[in-house]
Amino acid sequence: MKRLMLGNQAFARGLYEAGCSFVSSYPGTPSTEVTEEAAKYDEIYCEWAPNEKVAMEAAFGASLARKRSFCGMKHVGLNVAADPLFTCSYTGVNAGMIICVADDPGMHSSQNEQDSRHYAVAAKVPMLEPADSAEACEFVKKAYEISEEFDTPVIIKMCTRVAHSQSVVEERERILPEPRPYEKNIAKYVMMPGNAIRRHPFVEERTRKLAAYAETSDLNRVEMGDPRIGIITSSTSYQYVKEVFGDSACILKLGMIHPLPEKLILDFAEKVDKLVIVEELDPVIETHCRKLGLKVTGKDVLPLEGEFSQNLIAEKLGVELPASRKLEETLPGRPPVMCAGCPHRGLFYTLAKNKCTVLGDIGCYTLGAVAPLNAMEMTLCMGASISAIHGFNKALGEESEGRTVAVIGDSTFMHSGMTGLANIAYNQSNSTVIILDNSITGMTGHQQNPTTGYNIKGDPAGKIDLEALCRAMGFDRVRVVDPYDLDQCDKVLREELEAKAPSVIISRRPCALLKYVKHEKPLKVDCEKCVGCKSCMRLGCPAISVKDGKAVIDTTLCVGCGVCRQLCRFGALQSQ
Amino acid sequence: MTKNIMIVGVGGQGSLLASKLLGHLLLSEGYDVKVSEVHGMSQRGGSVVTYVRFGEKVYSPVIDRGQADFIVSFEKLEAARYLEYLKEDGRIVVNTQEIDPMPVITGAMQYPENLVEKMEALGAKVDAMDCLSLAEQAGSAKAVNIVLMGRLSRYFDEIPLEKWQQAIQECVPAKFLELNQKAFLLGRG
Repeated sequence: MKRLMLGNQAFARGLYEAGCSFVSSYPGTPSTEVTEEAAKYDEIYCEWAPNEKVAMEAAFGASLARKRSFCGMKHVGLNVAADPLFTCSYTGVNAGMIICVADDPGMHSSQNEQDSRHYAVAAKVPMLEPADSAEACEFVKKAYEISEEFDTPVIIKMCTRVAHSQSVVEERERILPEPRPYEKNIAKYVMMPGNAIRRHPFVEERTRKLAAYAETSDLNRVEMGDPRIGIITSSTSYQYVKEVFGDSACILKLGMIHPLPEKLILDFAEKVDKLVIVEELDPVIETHCRKLGLKVTGKDVLPLEGEFSQNLIAEKLGVELPASRKLEETLPGRPPVMCAGCPHRGLFYTLAKNKCTVLGDIGCYTLGAVAPLNAMEMTLCMGASISAIHGFNKALGEESEGRTVAVIGDSTFMHSGMTGLANIAYNQSNSTVIILDNSITGMTGHQQNPTTGYNIKGDPAGKIDLEALCRAMGFDRVRVVDPYDLDQCDKVLREELEAKAPSVIISRRPCALLKYVKHEKPLKVDCEKCVGCKSCMRLGCPAISVKDGKAVIDTTLCVGCGVCRQLCRFGALQSQ
Repeated sequence: MTKNIMIVGVGGQGSLLASKLLGHLLLSEGYDVKVSEVHGMSQRGGSVVTYVRFGEKVYSPVIDRGQADFIVSFEKLEAARYLEYLKEDGRIVVNTQEIDPMPVITGAMQYPENLVEKMEALGAKVDAMDCLSLAEQAGSAKAVNIVLMGRLSRYFDEIPLEKWQQAIQECVPAKFLELNQKAFLLGRG
C-alpha cells in the first residue's frame, strides 16, 4: 500500500520490514520519531535509554545476541555515543546494527550545526544518506545487508528536511533474517590492545572492500542530461538540485556518503564540462574530489552555514529567481516562548528576581534565557550546567557561591547530569543545583524517562527517586518546591544559596501540556482594580498582554496556573 | 505542474492537522505529494511553517520565495511575515485573528496595523476572514484549522466537496468529527 510518511516514520517502517527486533534510543529533534514510530510495531522491542551512549551500547549488545538492532539520535547525541562508535567499528557486529544520526542544518532545534558525516570518516564505518521517505525505508534494509556482509555497524544520516518531510512510501512485508548464532570470540569482541591492534587492519581492509562495493551499488546513481554541467549531490540537496535543473543537468546522486566511489566520480567528471558539488554544511564530498585532482565548484559559491533551498542553489549557480514582494516595515519577530502555565516560568521568575547567575542546560527551559526573564547566562550541552557550576564556583569561590545556580531538566539530569553531580559531591564545591522536574522529556515532544515511572509504550516501568539518588550521592540538603508557589520558591532558593554546603532543589510540577494535567479555568482581570502597572508582564506569559492600559488575559491560552495572580498587588487578576 | 501551499501560524495552533488533511486528500487524488513540517523548539509558541507541494512529480520538500500558490495563515502577522513566499498571482487565505508575539507583549514593538490592506496594496490577492468566530460557532476555538481548510477548498474546483469531507473523516478522531465537518462548511461558506 502507498502511504504518505514522515522520513522518520519511513525509517521505522524500514526497521520493521528488515526484521529489526531491538531499538534503544535517546530522543532528540529531528531524530525522535524513528523510535516513537518503531515502538508502534509489537514485533520490535523499543526503549528510551538514559542517553545515546547507553543506547548504542545496548544496541551493540543486542547485535551480539543475534538480533538486528538499532539506535537513533540527533547529531549532538552522536558526540555522546562517539566512544562506543569508534570501537564497535573495530569489533564489528554479529547481527546487523544500524545507527541513525539526524543532523539539523539551519538549527531548527539544536545548539550547533555540526556535520555528522565526519564521524563516518573518522570512525571508518559506512554511512548512507537517503533523500526522501521512500529511500529512508529502502536504505534501512540495504544497511542491514551491508552491516552483516561487511561486519560493521552502519550509520544512516538523516537531516531535518528528510526526517520531517512526508513523501510517498510503498509498504512491504516484514522479512526476518536468518538467525546468526552468537559465538564467544575473545579476539574479536574484547578490545584490549593486543586484540584491537589486530582488528585495525581488518577495519582498513573493510573500508577498501566497501569502497569497491560503492562503485557498483545502486545506492549511488548517475542521471545523465546536458553535459555542460555535472552536479554531485546527496540527501535533500539532491531534491533542490532537481527542482532547479530538472533533467537538464547531469547528476551523480550519492546514497552512500562513506566510503565514496572514486572511479564512479572520476568517470562522471570526465563526461561533464563543469563539475559542481552541492552539499549542505561542510565540504566532505568536495574535499574528496579535490584529493582526486578534480577541479570543482562548491563551497567557493555555496555557504558552509544553514540549510539550502531551491532558490539558494539557483541564485548561487546563476539561475533566475521567481519574482517576489515583501512589506517594507520591520515586523515584530515571533520567537518561541515558554507555554502558558509552563512550570519553569515561576522558578525562572524567582531566579531573575534574586539576580542569580544561572548556568543552564538543554531543554524547553533554555527559553528562560529570552526576554523578559533573561534568566540564564550559559548553555553548552547536555549536563554542562552541573559540571560548569562546579568549575565556576571553584574558580570564583565566595564571589559566586551565594548567587549562582545550575538548572537542568529531569531527563537531561538522567542523561548527563548525574556524573557532574558526583563531581560536586566528591570535590565539594558549594554549589546549588536545581532540577526542573516536569515529569517528562518536554522539548522533543513528551518522551518518558527513568524518573517518570513509565516506559516508551506508556506501561509502568522502573522509577528513579531523585531525592533518594541525590542523598545517596552525599547531598544532605535536598529540597522540593512547587514552581507555581512563588513565595516558597523564593524562600527555599535564598536558604540554599546562603547555606555553606552543596545543595539540590527539585522544582517539581508536570508539564502543562501533558494530557493528564488538569487545567483550572482562565484567570479574569478586574478592570476596576487593574492600574496597568505591568507587574504581571515580567513573567513573559504569552497569555497576558496590556491593551489600553489594562491587563488582558487570552482565555484560549491561559490554563489558570495563578502565578501572575501572586504578582498583582491590587488583586486585579482573579481565579474563576 | 507542481502546486505549492504554505501553511503558516503560531506553534500550537494546529497546523499539523491541516497539513495532514491536505496530504491525505491530495494523495488520494492521485498526486505525488510532499509535506514538510517543523518539530521541536519552534513549536513552543514560535512562528511555524508547513509546506505542502503536489503535482505529477515533486522534488523539493520546501517552498521558496515567490513560489507559493497559496499561503494559508492562521494569524494575520504571520501572513505578512511570509508574503515574500507568495507567487506573483498567488492568493493568501488568512484568519484575521491577532496573537501578540513576545516583542509586542513586552511593549518593545507595536502589533502592525492594516496588514491586509498593505498586502493588497502590493498586489497580493487576500481572502481574509474571522475564522476564530466561525470555529467557536462550530463548537470549539481549536477548529480554526478546519475552518481555514474549508475556505481554501473554494479554490480547488477540481476536488469535489465530498472528497474533502471524506478526508476529514479519515484524519479527525470520531468524537470531534461532527464539529469539524461543521467548521469546514462554515469556512467554505
